[in-house]
Amino acid sequence: MTQNKKNIFAKLSGRQIFIPIAALLLLAVFNLILDPSFYKIALSANSAGDPVLSGYLITILDYGSELAILAIGMTLVTAASGGQDISVGAAIAIGGSVILRVLCGTDSRPEVLKAPIIAAFLVSCVVCMLFGAFNGVLVAGFKIQPMVATLILFTAGRSIAAWINNNELPVISDQSFGYFGGFIPGIPIPTPFFIAVICMIVMALALKFTNLGLYTQAVGINAGSSRLNGLNPAFIKFLAFVILGLCVAVASLIKVSRISSINYSVIAKDIEMDAILAVALGGNSLSGGKFNMAASILGAYVIQFLTTTLYKFNVKSDALSAYKAIVVIALVVLSAPVVREKFSSFGKKMKLRTKEVG
Amino acid sequence: MLVKDKSVLEMRNIYKSFPGVLALQAVDFTLHEGEIHALMGENGAGKSTLIKVLTGVYEKDQGEIFLGKMEKAAVIRSPQDAQNLGISTVYQEITLCPNLSVAENMYIGRGKGLCQNWKKMNEDAEKILKTLDISAGATQQLSSCSLAIQQMVAIARAVDMDCKVLILDEPTSSLDEQEVEKLFGLMRDLKARGVGIVFVTHFLEQVYAVCDKITVLRDGKLVGEHQIKDLPRVQLVAKMLGKELDDVADIKDEVQVYEQDDSIPPVFEAEALQSNVGIKPFDFHIRKGEVNGLTGLLGSGRSECVRAIFGADRVIGGSVKKSGKVIKISKPIDAMKNGIAYLPEDRKSDGIVGDLSVRENIILAAQVLKGFFKPFSKAEANKLADEYIKLLEIKTASADTPIKSLSGGNQQKVILARWLLTHPEYLILDEPTRGIDVGTKIEIQKLVIKLASEGMSVTFISSEIDEMLRTCSRLIVMRDRKMVGELSGTGLSQSKIMDTIAGGDKK
Repeated sequence: MTQNKKNIFAKLSGRQIFIPIAALLLLAVFNLILDPSFYKIALSANSAGDPVLSGYLITILDYGSELAILAIGMTLVTAASGGQDISVGAAIAIGGSVILRVLCGTDSRPEVLKAPIIAAFLVSCVVCMLFGAFNGVLVAGFKIQPMVATLILFTAGRSIAAWINNNELPVISDQSFGYFGGFIPGIPIPTPFFIAVICMIVMALALKFTNLGLYTQAVGINAGSSRLNGLNPAFIKFLAFVILGLCVAVASLIKVSRISSINYSVIAKDIEMDAILAVALGGNSLSGGKFNMAASILGAYVIQFLTTTLYKFNVKSDALSAYKAIVVIALVVLSAPVVREKFSSFGKKMKLRTKEVG
Repeated sequence: MLVKDKSVLEMRNIYKSFPGVLALQAVDFTLHEGEIHALMGENGAGKSTLIKVLTGVYEKDQGEIFLGKMEKAAVIRSPQDAQNLGISTVYQEITLCPNLSVAENMYIGRGKGLCQNWKKMNEDAEKILKTLDISAGATQQLSSCSLAIQQMVAIARAVDMDCKVLILDEPTSSLDEQEVEKLFGLMRDLKARGVGIVFVTHFLEQVYAVCDKITVLRDGKLVGEHQIKDLPRVQLVAKMLGKELDDVADIKDEVQVYEQDDSIPPVFEAEALQSNVGIKPFDFHIRKGEVNGLTGLLGSGRSECVRAIFGADRVIGGSVKKSGKVIKISKPIDAMKNGIAYLPEDRKSDGIVGDLSVRENIILAAQVLKGFFKPFSKAEANKLADEYIKLLEIKTASADTPIKSLSGGNQQKVILARWLLTHPEYLILDEPTRGIDVGTKIEIQKLVIKLASEGMSVTFISSEIDEMLRTCSRLIVMRDRKMVGELSGTGLSQSKIMDTIAGGDKK
């Protein structure tokens, strides 16, 4: 039995997904020891009188989901281009602003919605994909480093978002708009989780029934060789940015739905860093090439787990980043190949020693 | 006279294993002062592994390394350790930084402090380049030099490091004859100064031209150490292969059977084709089931011609016809759709996709042809990969192994498998046997002839004229980026080819 367990552990530790799982376990145990009430989940009625689940775990599930959606796109961009998109937060502001604009029309406090929510969402999808395409053209066409290329939108995005709504702050009073970032009446689990699951399923299907995975990895590893095998590396990179644009649109729907309004300078602030960290924590190389989508998604929830843990211990929101950085450094260093190699050789030595003793 | 029996390097009982492979077993190797010692063996015999153990790239599992008069075994944990102990290496694939200058490449990582006297560095570099007769400027960016010059710079860097042991791992594979001669001169010079040189190469002539001793490895084991005069060529090859060389004789007979037939119309034709990399417009054709070859010195434009046909470089003029009809090829996928396959010259940067598995590398081209929305199922991919691993006898732990951990010859077989899987009508092989052992070379040559007899057209490019004569029924000679002659039938002889390359004309 113990032998069997050891084998499973050995098998798992060699795999990429081990890293986020280990980080998750570490955080889970930490919380368990310091305050088991962290895991309490309560069923209570919300302001609309519907039964909803609440608790720290639910918060993680809720906010981790928007991060997971972004991590999907970010993983592809990282793998194909060997760089990251840092304009994600700004692009969410644009996407959200577009949704509100379509829903409100010219009136910033509409009594009734001027367009169906689905239409607003689709327009936002198109706009976000266009901005993704803009980044994609800079990276794939003009061969600008991804971080530098996306710096443009990072800088300009929030101004563009404000401009879309003439700098007004529209507020949606329609109840149903709040469902996307909150709860659907009768379902006690937060909606963002379901949206994330849909995104995951769509991505899983895309990876299974198309060659997106193979092409992206091939281009990320060796673009020259990929070209000679008939691929168009520039298009694959471009495609990755457009897909990330779509992910951004979905995340922006959740974001604006949460408050039924928008704050251009605060919405999705620093979320790009969390999304990139999710990819890194998933054990994916930030310089591109092979990727593991499941590990990235798990990485996103682990990052949210960390954030929520810090909030729980009353870390002020402006001090949050510093604390997070410390934990992230530890996690990333531990998951670095160099350190892992040291660990595995250390483990081997220990094994030998116990054998000799035995 | 130097005392010849003083050893500068002794490796004793070296063991090294990788997951699934025992790469070295109880290997001994001794190098004396002022000696050029050839390390020979097929791909996967363990030459590269032995060298990487010696230079600290890999850590050995067992065994001891003694250097010079040292009593204690040397500890070599990193390339830096090896360098400090006076072991310098020039690898088969150029491992310099292409975006730095020549001088920077020669001195990088060698300064003691953080400060660097740029002026002095450039002057020093210029001096060394001059003494070694390398035609590159110290401040020139390395990537603007030809492959051959880059290799020479790598050697210059190693030589300048005041080494006692110099390891040359396939240094000549990208050099032309003159440059090889220059390198040999340099090697003899260093030998006279007492440097021990380990020379790894696949060119037998070069071994006999310059070496004193030969150590042969096979399947990770030591076969033997011999004085060069005691080991005739045939015996050396036999030792490397572990069998007698009937195979070589076989292949020649088969070639005799295949004769070129002028009455067959060409399948692929190029007319006044020109690409943007500076070759003159050329005409070219190949018939069904024909093996033709492009020969010429390094840089004569052989690769550029086939790259233009495949659409790998941007075509700026001329046309390609398939069975008489003009086809448009502007990028590789167009050529692939028309049944053309191209195995590129530079395996590492244009061929393999390093981190992907052997299986993914095999199916890649066929998969791209099949289409984005029609991936092979897992079962199909497995079946195809296993089939070709077996067919080409690719030595790999499994189909899941990343291709980069395979030996050079096996990587090449994977790339070959990739293109065979697309069932091309026309296969272009650009230096398919470079840096590959004798056994695999013969396998590839035989395969080419077999494919042609089944109706495939093949263009074969190789720096070894022997090999071209053995496989091709028609040779096109190139000089200075221009096709200057065509030889076939009785015209196919080593001396005729040499003449044409050197300056004989078409008529």
